[in-house]
Amino acid sequence: MTEPTGTELTPALEMRGITKRYPGVVANDGISLEVRPGEIHALLGENGAGKTTLMNVLYGLAQPDEGEILLDGMPIRIAGPSDAIARGINMVHQHFMLVPVLSVADNILLGEETMANRIFLDRKEAHRRIIELGRRFGFEIDPEAKVGSLSVGWQQRVEILKALYRNARILVLDEPTAVLTPQETEEIFAVLRRLATEGHSIVFISHKLYEVLEIADRITVIRRGRVVGQRLPSETNEDDLAELMVGREVQLTVDRGISHPGAPVLRVTGLEARDDRGHPAVRGVDLEVRAGEILGIAGVAGNGQDELVESIIGLRRPTAGTVTLDGADVTGHSPRDMNEAAVAYVPADRHRFGLIRSFSLADNLVLTSYYRPPYAHGVLRNGEAIQKDAASAVERFDIRTPSPTVAAGTLSGGNQQKVVVAREFDRDLKLLVLDQPTRGLDVGSIEFIHHQVIAKRDAGTAVLLVSAELDEVLEMSDRIGVMFGGRIVAVVDGRTADKNEVGLLMATGGAERGAAAPVEAAS
Amino acid sequence: MSGTAAAGSAPVRASAGLVARAWSVVAVPLVVTVLSVLLGALIMLFSELLVPGKKFDWGLPLTAYSALVNGAVGRPDAIVSTLVYSTPLVFGGLAVGFGFKAGLFNIGAQGQFLVGALGAVMAGVALANAPAVIAIPLSVLAGIVAGGIWGFIPGFLKAVSGAHEVVSTIMMNYIAVQLLAALVSGPLKVPRSPSPVTFDVGNAAFPIILAPNGHLGILLAVLAALFVWWLLYRTTWGFEVRSVGANRDAARYAGMRPKLITVATMTFCGALAGLAGTSVLLGVTHSMTSSFGTTVGFDSIAVALLARSNPLVIVPAALLFGGMRAGAGLMQIQAQIPVELVDVLQATILLFLVASPVLRRLLRVGGRDAGSLVTGATVSSLGSGGVTI
Repeated sequence: MTEPTGTELTPALEMRGITKRYPGVVANDGISLEVRPGEIHALLGENGAGKTTLMNVLYGLAQPDEGEILLDGMPIRIAGPSDAIARGINMVHQHFMLVPVLSVADNILLGEETMANRIFLDRKEAHRRIIELGRRFGFEIDPEAKVGSLSVGWQQRVEILKALYRNARILVLDEPTAVLTPQETEEIFAVLRRLATEGHSIVFISHKLYEVLEIADRITVIRRGRVVGQRLPSETNEDDLAELMVGREVQLTVDRGISHPGAPVLRVTGLEARDDRGHPAVRGVDLEVRAGEILGIAGVAGNGQDELVESIIGLRRPTAGTVTLDGADVTGHSPRDMNEAAVAYVPADRHRFGLIRSFSLADNLVLTSYYRPPYAHGVLRNGEAIQKDAASAVERFDIRTPSPTVAAGTLSGGNQQKVVVAREFDRDLKLLVLDQPTRGLDVGSIEFIHHQVIAKRDAGTAVLLVSAELDEVLEMSDRIGVMFGGRIVAVVDGRTADKNEVGLLMATGGAERGAAAPVEAAS
Repeated sequence: MSGTAAAGSAPVRASAGLVARAWSVVAVPLVVTVLSVLLGALIMLFSELLVPGKKFDWGLPLTAYSALVNGAVGRPDAIVSTLVYSTPLVFGGLAVGFGFKAGLFNIGAQGQFLVGALGAVMAGVALANAPAVIAIPLSVLAGIVAGGIWGFIPGFLKAVSGAHEVVSTIMMNYIAVQLLAALVSGPLKVPRSPSPVTFDVGNAAFPIILAPNGHLGILLAVLAALFVWWLLYRTTWGFEVRSVGANRDAARYAGMRPKLITVATMTFCGALAGLAGTSVLLGVTHSMTSSFGTTVGFDSIAVALLARSNPLVIVPAALLFGGMRAGAGLMQIQAQIPVELVDVLQATILLFLVASPVLRRLLRVGGRDAGSLVTGATVSSLGSGGVTI
């Protein structure tokens, strides 16, 4: 355990004994955090540990019940976000606060218009400053480009530029790499290091352990609203950090064991589908998943994965191609038909599709089976059976809840996803379709869900795993298909795949299209 | 360790939760009603200033309200009269509230009410001389079917084209008014009668079960509230309706068919509102004039909002509104306050309900409120380009 030294330099930012209570919860319980000038300080913690509350306090969105904030050693009170910005504290949110139809310059100037006189914007001056700022941190940016046409990685740079333009000295980045490819992550890290050398202080919020180890100068770990440890990257490792974060030993890498693939269960041939706006999103996908194997689909979000999955599961009508299950044609079958055929589906957006948040946990557990015995006899619901099985599922799937009757929306994200998993996994399955099963979850919940998936695979279920989280695909899959622009551009072996190679395929679709191999060829 | 703590505190939490839940259901309606009564008192005092040459009387609101209460529950026949006034409001409140549960804003209860009454009068007149055991069920059925058709049309339009039910049910209301006028002054009119009026329904009239004028409809209304509650919370069909209302996408994902459920729900709502019209026609008026048409359909919206669409709470909410209607006459006689004050009270109750998010914060009770349900549902579906008419 390192004692914060901090004698030679006044910390740029110091938060002392911050306590913030909400009805029934202490979100922050005496948290102290010290960030030195030019330091990249990682704040690590599970969902609900209190990271967001702490940063809301720093950004003036919440007032602490106890504790103080010091900027350059001077105690300050932050009344609100504009106050924070005026003091040089800026936040880059996980979900970008950018207007897609406006240009880079317009987005940066929003709310912070540099006036030539009191009426007109001084665009020329603004452009000059934006270009100059970009160059200083190692990238060329066109101030006139529309933000909507930029890649996610570049949009993030615009967010950072926006902060720098406002003379940010302290930059808070909330899960900045959640939406980036490995290459983009590296590029952003380079920018962050440049910022730090120029004397900016960076608070880097994340739950990706290896990233934190790579980028941070110091790491503060919080759990249940308290600081549970501080580490230097040189004296710690992923297992140590995970244990601190979760409070128990965590198995980080999935022990996927040996798979014994059987006969093909799902076969997709020449599948095409359109997105909600009617544009082609899936452009001729062929794939095959066998019993007892996991086929991972890697790809940057928005390359047709959601549409592919929805077409297979019956939520979206394919415009061409066929889907067969155990040799039977199930193209365009309804979600209920697929469910009845022992196909389970964990949707990417659990709030929109997976759960009805105002309904009780018990009702959510029977959302896809409410009409079947024992949960219903004819049209009559059997409340007793529903409650009994809910209590048992809560136990077996370790869902942390005061009771099965509470509204699902009151649970934490990890527990909400466990409800979906409990509902979908708790029967014999032919095919399991997972779309971003662990997005936004903490280490403990991810570990749990991964184990459940492996157990299903070992029980002979064919698993189709779609994830934008490349590490997840690499760790879990027996084979990996890379999806780009609505096509599967390559299939690689899951155990020998090279992360950079797959990352490059995700970002570019493979320089030479001819190299794209159909899935069957790789099996 | 945490297991023991949880087990120990669970019963305490459960009973505290029950009280909190009951409070969160009744707090807003109660406070809203009290506020409206106070505001009504202010309006009465203010109105005194407008009448020249009259002595200012601080006690006027008290006189008026005690007359209102007396007229509603002061004597046995007043209570029966309250029940009679409340009956169509229970049906109508259920018609609107059930729609809310499915995420639909059935503003067309008024039209469904009129068409339901029209169906009942047509069947009733045709069966006026048939035995009551045949005439009554068939006339009721006719009212249900007629109202159901009036609900089915906007439901169907919404399912196939996305036409917003608020717009289409308002249109259906206008059509209903004109249809009623045309039929009552045309084919259904008693020949050579000086005014447009239909024949009497004769044997199809509801029997009186409570003297002097408490008809069978009162009993049917209570049964309907219990039935709707049972349907919503004890059947798979109700589960589907509530799922579609709470999260349409998740319902579709779960294998339900939201469009079908929308059509079925609107039809069912129409049938309930049709029963409201049937109960007034067969229970009270026994024939129809071209001026048939109270504000039951619109008052029903207020009832459903006040009860937050809970079928069992709709009964007391309807009794409150029905009681005000029943007592208004005595208030006018004894305190010279026009019966229209009741409309003012109802309107202020509605206004306060719309402001209920603020009240909830002040009262520190959680939960979804009626105001946000309406505005939320309407705004979201208007916003998604649902209006294609």
